[in-house]
Amino acid sequence: MQEPLVIAGRPLQSRLILGTGGFANHDILAAALQASGAGLCTVALRRLDPNAGSILDVLDAAGVAVLPNTAGCYTARDAVITAKLAREAFETDWIKLEVIGDDRTLLPDAPELLEAAETLVDDGFVVLPYTTDDPVLARRLEDVGCAAVMPLGSPIGSGMGIQNAYSLSILIERAGVPVILDAGVGTASDAALAMELGCDGVLCASAISRAHDPVVMARAIAGAVEAGRLAREAGRIPRRRYAEASTPDAGLPDLDVAGPKAVGAE
Amino acid sequence: MIVAVNGTATEVPEGATIAGVLAEMKVPSAARGVAVAVQGEVVPRTEWVTTSVRSGDRIEVVGAIQGG
Repeated sequence: MQEPLVIAGRPLQSRLILGTGGFANHDILAAALQASGAGLCTVALRRLDPNAGSILDVLDAAGVAVLPNTAGCYTARDAVITAKLAREAFETDWIKLEVIGDDRTLLPDAPELLEAAETLVDDGFVVLPYTTDDPVLARRLEDVGCAAVMPLGSPIGSGMGIQNAYSLSILIERAGVPVILDAGVGTASDAALAMELGCDGVLCASAISRAHDPVVMARAIAGAVEAGRLAREAGRIPRRRYAEASTPDAGLPDLDVAGPKAVGAE
Repeated sequence: MIVAVNGTATEVPEGATIAGVLAEMKVPSAARGVAVAVQGEVVPRTEWVTTSVRSGDRIEVVGAIQGG
């Protein structure tokens, strides 16, 4: 049996964390959630619509834990207040910290992110920051006490997979806390690659929620996360420039037509 | 007096509390997944019944949506 992913001392049910953004409705979300096997799900906070059904009912029914995010925040101050609102709303100290620096790429704003992370850790939060694939920034986030780091493979919702496998692999090699790929997954192979590179988990929203069939994609990505993890543990062969025969040459029969007659033959 | 609730000017009685504002919105005070900020500061759930709002306050009432 594979070991569970443990963050801040808490074992998670799956190495796949489901982002709930982008599902057409709560029924599809519930079905995809079940198919994904995820035990942790992101939610966001917005101005309350008292007439809308609560996503918490869906998540409670599925028995999954909530990971609130600070999506939409562009400053450390806004992110910190949003995290505190989330703590009040969901009675959890866990926060997926997003501080965005650019509205087209939705890339993290490194200085604001680091400032918010430090403030929230000091306030007792379990901080999981959405970060770039920069190993130095990841180290700085770890140094201020983040419980995990969540680097992007490529921009949120872009589906471009892992654009800099080298940087991500260095980040993973140096990290002392769990590394969860948090953006860019477009299909199952991207999730498998993340795990093969050594990520401890994958957070996936759009690739599942915006797939033609979100429920089947949830199964596919859950399988890919597991397959990638197994492959990582099993240890892949090195890449070689030329072929290396998998069948030995020794013992090949002599099948020459025009060769010299064997000794003793008529 | 007038306060802004989620950006909408709203008439509330003098001395109204956060709990009162939520009741006007038909939000049960025990509702999970709801949080309140007044003038950009979070008001803990335990203080909703004791915290009065003042004329002109910006009251933000937030809840869970899909995201992330």
